[in-house]
Amino acid sequence: MIGVWRTGLAVVLLGLWYAGTETAVLSPLFFGHPLKIFAVIGEWFASGDIWRHLAITITETLLAFASGTISGVVAGLWLGLSPRTQAVLDPFIKAANAMPRVILAPIFAMWFGLGIASKVALGFTLVFFIVFFNVLQGVREVPPVVLNAARMLGASPRQLVRQVYLPAALSWVFSSLHVSVGMAFVGAVVAEYLGSYAGVGYLILQAEGMFDVDTVFAGIIVLTGCALVLDGAVSLAETRLLVWQPRADAARES
Amino acid sequence: MSLTFDTVTLRFGAAEVVGGASFSVAPGEFVSIVGPTGCGKSTLLNLAAGLIAPSSGQVLVGGQPLTGLNRRAGYLFQGESLMPWRTARDNVAAGPEFAGASRAAAAAAAQTWLARVGLAGHGEKYPHQMSGGMRKRTQLAQTLVLDPPILLMDEPFSALDVQTRQLMENELLAIWQADMGRSGRKSVLFITHDLEEAISLSDRVIVLSAGPATRPIAEFAIDLPRPRDVAEIRLTPAFRAMEERIWAVLRDEVLKAYRAGAAA
Repeated sequence: MIGVWRTGLAVVLLGLWYAGTETAVLSPLFFGHPLKIFAVIGEWFASGDIWRHLAITITETLLAFASGTISGVVAGLWLGLSPRTQAVLDPFIKAANAMPRVILAPIFAMWFGLGIASKVALGFTLVFFIVFFNVLQGVREVPPVVLNAARMLGASPRQLVRQVYLPAALSWVFSSLHVSVGMAFVGAVVAEYLGSYAGVGYLILQAEGMFDVDTVFAGIIVLTGCALVLDGAVSLAETRLLVWQPRADAARES
Repeated sequence: MSLTFDTVTLRFGAAEVVGGASFSVAPGEFVSIVGPTGCGKSTLLNLAAGLIAPSSGQVLVGGQPLTGLNRRAGYLFQGESLMPWRTARDNVAAGPEFAGASRAAAAAAAQTWLARVGLAGHGEKYPHQMSGGMRKRTQLAQTLVLDPPILLMDEPFSALDVQTRQLMENELLAIWQADMGRSGRKSVLFITHDLEEAISLSDRVIVLSAGPATRPIAEFAIDLPRPRDVAEIRLTPAFRAMEERIWAVLRDEVLKAYRAGAAA
């Protein structure tokens, strides 16, 4: 039943868009034309042009996600376990996190050029802080009783980090996977849009320059589809990685 | 292995939590400590575990002064101390792994102990998939797999329902009596606020004064025959007589703690 309503809503919205642009109530110059947009998308996939750009955008996303996550985990564990260092660095971290980091894109373009590296750098700055703060929180919220139990079982300080702090922190990282993967994607696309020579963001930038709104919308739709696929992949990974965590439906069994 | 408190005092700032506590647990002896709520029972156990150091006095383990963590003691915590990201088997295998055993050897030892606590078929379960009683059994196996000569238990069964609790108490006694480790039967220091539990499990019951500055004020040898069934032994006249004697001492302390709590 819900499926019917959903389909109906989509059909109505697309129909209104189509009717609006057909009758020129909505200017096709600004709102594009649904059929033309889908024609652009069809042509992209038919000619295979889009794959090269998508591959670049996804590569940037994955690299930004991986580098941001790994550095976030390492930095979070380090600062979480040495409160002194954390106290010293705290204002700097707060400032760096408060900064609207998208604005770093031009600087990264100057430092790293218009290729993949500058996109990864921007995505990295977005992902890093999400992971970092989650790990910091995860380290702080390890239950003392679990920690003391591990110590009484003979865990060395090193083993405590690897066997207690890291898994506890990773559970927080995993639960923020959706956000951090999304941020890596945003970083890649925005950086492409602000200066690049390949990627889906670049296609949109090009089309905008020629006032080709249909292609802009086509790019947005392809990006949205891509984001949904990434999100689905994250959900799959999540159910595998967080198998030990109680879920709302499983909690009732015990 | 013996465990001795020699005039142990613990202060947190100006507050004296433990005030010159002296008592000892003989090798292979099962000693329970009872006392009013909030008197610092768990603190005594943390001192015995070396998780806290005394402000003055000392804890002796097998006659040697304790410095740092008590490596001869296993600790059964009151709360949920299992690592939630490990299965029951991996939780039990944690101790041997920390000690450097191979994964296979640790898993085999864990499986043996899971079977001994009645969880042979539940090794793959995560803590959240188990009942409270099963988690307590896992904690017990996790502690015992390391064969510690001293066992510290902090109200381990207080969160369980009455039936599960009596089952677990009987199983603990059976395992403790059967388990002859490298250094003979384990010495147990068992903390509880439940006098019946203390009497039915122990060789000796120590009564603590109300806080602050708690210390033992009386001790009673429990010469009830073993093996015991904790549910049945409670019905015997000898048990009742013992309970009355100890309660006569404990009641005053409970009232003191209650009045102090009500006044605060």
